[in-house]
Amino acid sequence: MMQWRGGALMLGAALVAVSVGAQAQSGGDTIKKIEEYRQALADGNPADLWEARGEDLWKQKRGPKNVSLERCDLGKGPGVVKGAYAELPRYFADADRVMDLESRLLHCMTTQQGMTRAEALKVPFGDGEKRSDMEALSAYVAGESRGVKMNVSQAHAKERQAYALGQKLFYYRGGPHDFACATCHGEANKRIRLQDLPNLTETKDAQKAYTTWPAYRVSQGELRTMQWRLNDCFRQQRFPFLEFGSDTSVALLTFLARNANGAEFNAPAIKR
Amino acid sequence: MADPMRIRAKMEGDKTVVRVLMSHEMETGQRKDSAGKTIPAMFIQEVTATCNGKTVLSAQWGTSISKNPYLQFAFSGAKAGDKVVVSWVDSKGDKRTDEAAIAA
Ligand code: HEC
Repeated sequence: MMQWRGGALMLGAALVAVSVGAQAQSGGDTIKKIEEYRQALADGNPADLWEARGEDLWKQKRGPKNVSLERCDLGKGPGVVKGAYAELPRYFADADRVMDLESRLLHCMTTQQGMTRAEALKVPFGDGEKRSDMEALSAYVAGESRGVKMNVSQAHAKERQAYALGQKLFYYRGGPHDFACATCHGEANKRIRLQDLPNLTETKDAQKAYTTWPAYRVSQGELRTMQWRLNDCFRQQRFPFLEFGSDTSVALLTFLARNANGAEFNAPAIKR
Repeated sequence: MADPMRIRAKMEGDKTVVRVLMSHEMETGQRKDSAGKTIPAMFIQEVTATCNGKTVLSAQWGTSISKNPYLQFAFSGAKAGDKVVVSWVDSKGDKRTDEAAIAA
């Protein structure tokens, strides 16, 4: 398991110390300082490394069928990557399902490249030397929507169903603490430890949250995707383990993504 | 083999500003794995950058440098189109060299 590493940011911290330190006297609250720290880091965002590896993986011939993902249809036609993430999740007729990016990638890896689900998901979330192809591919595809406005459709009945289910799940209380997503993300100005909790029921926060994932998590030294984000919030909520690419995860993502409509996508970003 | 570095080099006034991202675990030797065993140290030890055959940066690194390090530095005497070559060698002897042309 990945352990939190105290030294994780030494170099970044040392290099930005001057600019951050100079402003430290001017007061302001912790959250503002964390925001400044994030901005200072954004210039050298290691997410770049994942995007580069993901682009390479996308173009490589892989799997038993030895084909690349360049014929994979992410919703805008086979091989079209530009702007695709900003319109996901969406309904795919060939699978008769609403899919988010990661379940769609999984679909292409199994149907086109001929991998088994287990092979394609050998490392859903990377940990040091155990690198995740899924995270790299997601970083690459998401990065190709930078600057594109979120535009998630509700035209198909199954897209509307997914949204409605996601909304229901968001407010559904359960588990040993009787928590819903809304318990932690339904009010402004709440935090856990030093982490600001976005109020995901409010457009501005919902947009900012969704358009800044995937993200390089500095404290883990890994790039994380929305499937990971949900997985970790399920854990915090003490809910059962969330299955990768499940209808539950896609429904929640449809709800979150659609609520971000109109905002400019700006990830992979960098987070604490 | 290690992943390629991401190198961006750009003229800013009469200086060349270089930004480098390296893909490396930078194990400190202080962490333990889930079985409680110490993970051995393994980190980038030497970094050099050259431009037109001249060394413009030479550094000795240790375990206080972060995972996936980001390095930014500036030097003078180069022009747009020249190549910056960056190399690292880690404590296991693994190495990596990449280059980028300086953008205007
Ligand atoms: C016990 C409290 C808790 C619950 C319940 C919870 N979360 Fe979270 N959530 C967090 C924390 C803590 C963070 C991370 C904040 C940070 O690291 O800066 C977070 C982050 C997020 C983010 C990213 C926000 C951003 O701006 O980066 C999203 C999206 C999110 N949660 C969605 C959900 C969803 C959907 C659910 C329900 C399945 C949920 N959360 C349940 C505590 C919770």
